[in-house]
Parts: sequence; structure tokens; C-alpha cells
Amino acid sequence: MMHSIGTVLLAMLAGSLRVSTPFLFVSLGECLTEKSGRINLGNEGVLVLGAMVAYATSYETGSPWAGVLAAAAAGFLLGALHGGVCSLARVNDVAMGIAIMLAGTGIAFFFGKPYVQPSATLLPGISFGFWSDNAQVRNALLVCPLFLLGIAAAVALHWCFNATRVGLRIRIVGDSQDAALALGLPIDRTRLFATACGSALAGIGGAFLSLYYPGSWNEGLSSGQGLMAVALVVFSRWNPINCIYASLLFGAAGALGPSLQTVGITWGYYLFYAAPYIVTLVVLILTARGGRSLRGMPGQLSIGR
Amino acid sequence: MPVSTALSRRHLLQTTAGAAGLAAVGLSAREAQAAKDLVVGFIYVGPKDDYGYNQAHAEAAAMLKKVPGVKIVEEEKVPETDDVSKTMESMIKLDGASLLFPTSFGYFDPYMLKMAAKYKSVEFRHCGGLWQADKHPMNTGSYFGYIGMCQYLNGIAAAHATKTKKIGFIAAKPIPQVLINVNSFALGARSVDPTITTSVIFTGEWSMPVKEAEATNSLIGQGIDVVTCHVDGPKVIMETAERRGIYTCGYHADQSKLAPKGYLTGAEWNWITVYKQFIADAQAGKPIPNFTRGGLAEGFVKMSAFGPALPEAGRKNVSAIKAEIMKGGFSVFKGPLKDNKGNVVVAAGKFLPETAIELESCNYLVEGVVGSIG
Amino acid sequence: MNTLIAATDRWYPLRRSAEAVLAPLVALTGAAVLFSIFLLFLDASPLDFLDLVWRGAFGSSFSLQNTVQRAAPLLLTALCVAIPGQLGLVIIGGEAAVVLGGLAATVAALPLINTSPIVVWAAMAVAGSAMGAFWIGISGWLKAKLNVNETIASLVLAYVGLALFNHFVEGLLRDPASLNKPSTYGIGDANMLDTVPWLDVHPGLPVGIVACVVCWVLIYRTSVGFACRVTGGNIRAAQLQGLPVTKLILLACAIGGGCAGLAGAIQVAAEYGRANASLNAGFGYTGILIAFLARFNPLAIIPMAILLGGLGAAGGLLQRRMGLPDATIQVLQGLIFVSILASDTLYGRFRWFQPGSAS
Repeated sequence: MMHSIGTVLLAMLAGSLRVSTPFLFVSLGECLTEKSGRINLGNEGVLVLGAMVAYATSYETGSPWAGVLAAAAAGFLLGALHGGVCSLARVNDVAMGIAIMLAGTGIAFFFGKPYVQPSATLLPGISFGFWSDNAQVRNALLVCPLFLLGIAAAVALHWCFNATRVGLRIRIVGDSQDAALALGLPIDRTRLFATACGSALAGIGGAFLSLYYPGSWNEGLSSGQGLMAVALVVFSRWNPINCIYASLLFGAAGALGPSLQTVGITWGYYLFYAAPYIVTLVVLILTARGGRSLRGMPGQLSIGR
Repeated sequence: MPVSTALSRRHLLQTTAGAAGLAAVGLSAREAQAAKDLVVGFIYVGPKDDYGYNQAHAEAAAMLKKVPGVKIVEEEKVPETDDVSKTMESMIKLDGASLLFPTSFGYFDPYMLKMAAKYKSVEFRHCGGLWQADKHPMNTGSYFGYIGMCQYLNGIAAAHATKTKKIGFIAAKPIPQVLINVNSFALGARSVDPTITTSVIFTGEWSMPVKEAEATNSLIGQGIDVVTCHVDGPKVIMETAERRGIYTCGYHADQSKLAPKGYLTGAEWNWITVYKQFIADAQAGKPIPNFTRGGLAEGFVKMSAFGPALPEAGRKNVSAIKAEIMKGGFSVFKGPLKDNKGNVVVAAGKFLPETAIELESCNYLVEGVVGSIG
Repeated sequence: MNTLIAATDRWYPLRRSAEAVLAPLVALTGAAVLFSIFLLFLDASPLDFLDLVWRGAFGSSFSLQNTVQRAAPLLLTALCVAIPGQLGLVIIGGEAAVVLGGLAATVAALPLINTSPIVVWAAMAVAGSAMGAFWIGISGWLKAKLNVNETIASLVLAYVGLALFNHFVEGLLRDPASLNKPSTYGIGDANMLDTVPWLDVHPGLPVGIVACVVCWVLIYRTSVGFACRVTGGNIRAAQLQGLPVTKLILLACAIGGGCAGLAGAIQVAAEYGRANASLNAGFGYTGILIAFLARFNPLAIIPMAILLGGLGAAGGLLQRRMGLPDATIQVLQGLIFVSILASDTLYGRFRWFQPGSAS
């Protein structure tokens, strides 16, 4: 019994470290975008496109890191498209996000067809479990450098928002249009830049999926991680550091289903697979309670108005 | 928006559609006349290059393209909804197909049957369906291969390679065709060493790469060192297992390129045998058989070449049992056989051959399998 | 001042309608041009593409049937997005409403299969709609009471709903005889809906069209609908006016969800005869696209659903004749969607369309 619990916990830890990375990158990207006052639901499409571009680039060039860069570039472009069109008057950014999601996924599937078969060079892992004799522990602590990069990005973003001029500008543009106008800040350009960079991060999240875990490109790669990341950002109260914890939590929830089955708990495995979504819903309900203005929500965000 | 806008848009569509319709009908009639070739339609539920189920069919279709007098039309990613009825109808009316192969289980009832009733001169052969002479029209039929025997051989190979005596099976859904494979794998391993346990995980979906990767990692976390699977696209499982350094047995198609070090052998479809026969019959004007089943001996299924990781004793064992199967009369499900809850499923002295109708409604996991159907 | 001019400017309403048609037309043309460039890059001929789309979608009676058949459930799922959309809510979880509605309908029908088909259909319609209304209503309630963002809530509930559906279909409600494709018990052939006489089309089509017309009347010709539109314009103003915003939100979500659930029930009754994974066919998501293209106007949903049904119908032909993967249609849909949304910015920019500019 204890052994079983231990196995499940270890599996959840391993799953947490693995599955959280795409959540981390997409939520950081979304956090950046939303801080500037725009919501981008299209990051799900960016995730898929990033995954495909990364895999294709890695296959063609042999370098997985080139793939990561390419994914970031693709994300940047798609984000710029979203930001650019949304900055035109009267365009609904929620709907545009869904459109981008559709377009991004379609483009990824279309150009990704020849890459389903071949095996591309994958990203290496850094072993943090070398001290253990247990192969399970060692594998659980095999971490992708992108995960570390993600944590660094979270810290950098947090510092940027709180201590730099650029971060302050983004926050003002996101919080109050009037203040931004009074200060003469270029609102549209700032939002465009934030959206594009946010999607670049999301693209890197996609690269993780195809170049590390599961480490393959095909059309079923994403299971809504991009959209769940939007909920994650709300959960984290738009604080990049909280995004790290939230991503780990979601990763652990995702690993619950298979690990329970291996120790023999097989009833209702569909429900266990739905665990991350249920967590999201609970989180949404808990964080929304307490009236209209959600603490930390950027004032200009269309979903809050 | 005022009513007039919507009406005018609809009106525009209708009139142009009518005009285009007249033109197009003329075109398609001319087309159908030009094609004296036998037009054969393949319909796949997933992508053609999934390294798995659909690819096995598509590879056979690709080989058929070289047959003279035959024109192949294919459509992939057709869901198991009325869409497939429309695809079939489209292939018949617009492409002039006279022989259709809908390859996914869910296409049979009601879609293929409805189309068969409507187009009585077109032949429909379904992969995996349960065709019955008294229930289904004569221009339909089904074919399938007894790949369970190959999973049995996989199991034998796994038993020789495993060091932890624990092997694993990642399955999509607990339907009979999958359960037969799980049981055959387990029984094959236990025929070498009865202490070996087989752990099974059901992902719930035919194709879910993240879940399949998680399942593989979970099994490895439990100490399993050989995996096989029954999902539509085994690529992720094979690659994940190879990266973790364990052994693999393939399924659907040859995945040895994905796991060069750990691949032991694999259970593969060899659909070209079936298709070539059907097409030859169709071209000769002979009636195509309605109920076609075959196993290793008939060439409907085959085993992949042995991988470098399979020890010599294992190769000998697999080859020996394979030869026995080819002779005919071999049975995997031999009594006395219990399921993993303790009930007797095959009484002592009895056995269930591949063709046994009871197997088509298999709903248990045999002794030695860790897991349950949910 | 403008209202005075508008009162005397007889042609303004017509110009406004023209704007409403021209803007999306410009968008569609733009999307078509972009897509043609995309095709040319791939050495595919845009003219061939257009020809095949006509042939596959509208070019023969068979193609027209195919198109209309695909459009039928889309009419109802688009309403699921459009009705709450009139209130300014973006609900994208219709997929779950469809599958759960189909499941509920099947469950309701099973104890009644030996009574007359009319009773069965009535039970299915009621159960399916109620289930759909409930599921989408949850998102609405969360929004109204707790101000939870309804877009994310409805999406997450879609995933949860799907998991519940799979759980029940493969577990408790599974028909043991449905071996290789887990399904619930069937409602029996006698109780299946037949196609509409003469037209040989899906019975969901007349239901969908009627639903669209009814919803249009509701939104544009009743005071309740007017209240909805006011709330959609500005929720604070609506509250200040004393409109019962919470009730309106719940009503809109219930109607929208009811439509989607009804779509699921009809799918079961007309096609499958039982609830299984075939219900999960993406009707909900395509419905989102259609609702936005129709700018939430229930009547405009009809031609948009036909357009998208046609594109879907042509997809198979495109695959077979031009060797283009089915993702091609997705790219086209995405382009159309982006273009139509971008064209929103054209409204109000050109003087000719403004009141008083002709005099």
C-alpha cells in the first residue's frame, strides 16, 4: 500500500516536472499579453504551430535548439498578426483569438504532414537525480533545460514588471488607457509587442511538446493546454512567479490518471483524465469569488469589463 | 441585422448553385465514362502516416496503385459519423468507385450498410466488422486478420528479454479486439515463464500522444521493461520506451526504425494479401468473398524481423511456435484458463481457436494480467 | 442631430444593410485572395480549387444534399453561441452540450421504446434540450453570480462534459452487445427519425431553420430580446436601467444550450440510434465559427452554415482530386474567420454608409 502511494507520488512529481513546461511557457506568454491589456486565446494554435515548426526545423537542421528558436519566431509572427488585427477598432479580441487558434492549428497540420513519420533530434535532458540508485527517481528528476529556462523567464518577467521602465509601461497600458494617453505612451505598439512576445513564449512551449515530451509530432499533440493556460494566468493573479506553481500543479493533475491505473485503480479513468480541467474550474470559481474586480487583473482586459 | 440582408445572401447562393449544378452534372457523367479502370476507394479514420493502423492499410493501397487497370482513390481522417456515408457516396458518384474499403470499425453500422442498400451494384468490404449472411446484404462483407497470434509471439519474445519479469501493454479502449491482444500477449509470455505479470493501462482514446507517453512512463516506473500496445499510432510509445532504454514489441506496422536498440519483434498487418485477392476477383468478374478471416498461415498478418535485442533462445522459441501456428490447429486460449478475477473462462480439455465466435465478445483479462476493464 | 437626419434620410436603412453585406463580402474576397496566393505557393491552381469546391459543395444534387446534411446540426450549435452572444457572452462549450444532450436523449428514450415513436421523439427532444440548457447554464450561472469568465468556464466544462460522457457511455450505460464500439443501448429502428420526404435531407434541417427563425423573432421582435441586446451593448447601462441581467444571462444560456442539446438528440434519433463517440464530431466548434461569421444574427446563421457545410462537403473531393490534406479546409476556415473579424473595423469608417450623408 505504502509502495503504491509512493509510486503514485513519484509519478506525479515526474509528471509535474514534465507536463508543466508547456503550461509554464504559455501562461507566461499569456501573462505578458494580458498585462498589456489584451487577451489572446489563440495561443493554443500558437502552441501547435510552434510544436510543428520546432520539429520540422530540428529534423531539417539536426539541431533541436534551432527548432526552439524557429518555434519562437513562428509564435512571434502569429502573435503579431493577432495583435495587429486586434488593434484595429472594434475588433473583438476574444473572437480573434479563436480564429487564430483555428488558423494556427490548420497551418500546423497542413505543413506538418510530411513530418509525422520521421524522427527529429530531440532536446537533451539534464539529470538532477544522479544521486539516486533508483531508476525511477532518476528518471523523475530528468529535467529538460527548457523547464529551467521557463523558470528563469518567469523570474525575469516578474522582475521586469516590477522594476523596469518597460514593465511599468506595459502595466500602465494594460491598467488604464487614460493614464497611458496622458503619459503619451504608444498604446497600440506596446500591446502589439507584448502580444507578439507572449506568443513567442507560447511557441517555445509548443517546441517542448514536440522536441522533448512526448517528443513527437502528430495531430493529437495538444489537448487544450493553450486554453487551460489562460485559466492558469487568472489563477496566478497575473503574477509570473505564481505561474510556476500553478503549472506544476496542473502537471501533477495530468499525471494522476495513468499513475493510478498502474497501481490498479482503474475505475473511472476518464474522470481522472479530466482532473486538470476540474482543477481549472475550481480555480476559476475560487479566484472569481469576491466581487467584480479581481485583484491583480489589468484594468483594460476585455474579459473584465 | 435586417431580414433583407440574410435573404439576399441566400438567394444569391441558390441561383448560382443551380447554374453550377447543371454544368457539373454534365462534367461528372463524362468523367465516369472515361474511367474504364476499376476504381477502388479506401477510407481511413486517421492520417495515412500514423506509423500504425491507418498506415498499414495505406501502404497496401500504395502497392495496389501499381496494379494495371486499377485506380485507387483514398480519403483520410474521415470521422465515424455520417461524414463517411457522404464520402462513400461521393466516391461512388463523383469518382465512379465500384469497390470500397472503409477501414475503421465504426464505419460498418449504420453507414456502410445504408450505402450498400442504396448502391446495390457497388461492393463494400469492411475491415473488422461482423458480417453475417442472414443479416447483411450480399454486396457487403468484412475481412480481418487474426493478429492475436502475433501478439502471442510478441509475448514469447518479451518473456525471453525481460529481466524484471514484468511486461506492459498500453491499450486504447477495452473492446474485444484489444482484449484478445492483451490476453494473447500475456499468455505468450506465461508460456515461457508463468511468473511473468502483464500490466495493462487503458488510455481511453485511440490516439492521444501525451496520455500514451504518460502511460509508458508510468509503466516503466512500476518496473516494467518490455512494452507493446494497441493504439492507432504506436510511434510515441515506441520512441518513449526506447529513450527510457526498455524493450518494445511493435504493433500494426514495423516500428523497428523508431526503436533500433530495444525492438524485439512486432505484430504487423499484411493487408496486401487480402486486397490483392479482392481486386483480382473484382477484375475477373468473380464474386468477392463476404467473410474473410485469416491469420499467419494465410498471410493476412506477419511478424517483423527480429531485433538485435532478442536473445537467441527467444528467436528459436518464436520461430518454433510460429511454425506450429502455420501448421494449423494451434490455440492460444486453451483450457483450463482463468481470468484475473478467478473465474474459469475456458474449461479444462477445451480450447478456443482463432475463429471462435466467443472471442469476438471477449470481455475479460486472463490470469496474470494486472489491471481491469474499468 | 443624427436621429433627425436619419428620420428624413429614406435611404439610410438600405445603406446600412449594404454596409452589413459589403463588409463581410470584402472580407471573404480578401480571404479568397490570400488563400489563392497560399495555393499558388503550393503549385496548386486556385481555379481548380474553386471548381472542386463548387462541385463538392453545390455542383450536383448529391453534393447539395451533402452540404445541407452537414449544415443541419450546425444551425443549432451556432445558435448556442449566437444567443448568448447577443448578450455579449462568448460561450464556446457547445460541444459538450451536444454530446451530453444526445446521451440524455438516449437515456430518456430507452424506457419508452415500446410506446409510439412520437412519444419517444418528444421525450428525446425534451431531455436533450434540458441537458444542454443545464450544461451551458452552468457557465451562465457562474458568470452571473460569480463573474467567472464564461469563455474559459464553458471551454473547461466542455472537456469535463466530454469526460463524463465517455465515462458513462463506456461504463454504466454501456450496451454489452456493443462490442467494438462502446455505445449505449439503442432506441430501436422503429423510433429512428426518417429523412424529410421529397428532399431526402436530414430531419435536423427543418428543425434548425425553424429554431433560427424563432430565435430571430425572439431577439429582434420581442421585448425580452430587446433587453438582451441592450445588455449585450453595455451591461452596466442595462443594470442601471433595472433590467434583470442575471435572469437574462441564464435565459440566453439555457436557450443556446437547449439548441445544442437538441442537436445531439436529433443526431441520435436520425443517424446513430444510440449514444457513442460518433456524437463527438466537432459540431460545437464549427458552430462557433458560424455564429461569429453570422455576427450572432440567427437568420444569417442559415447561409453561413450552408457555406461551411459546403466547405466541409468539398473537403473530401479536394483530398482525393488535388491531393490536398484536409487541413487545407481548416486553413481556409481560419483565414475566413480572421478576415471577417478584421472586417469589423470597416464598419463606421466610410461616410457613405452614415446617416445623413446622402442628402
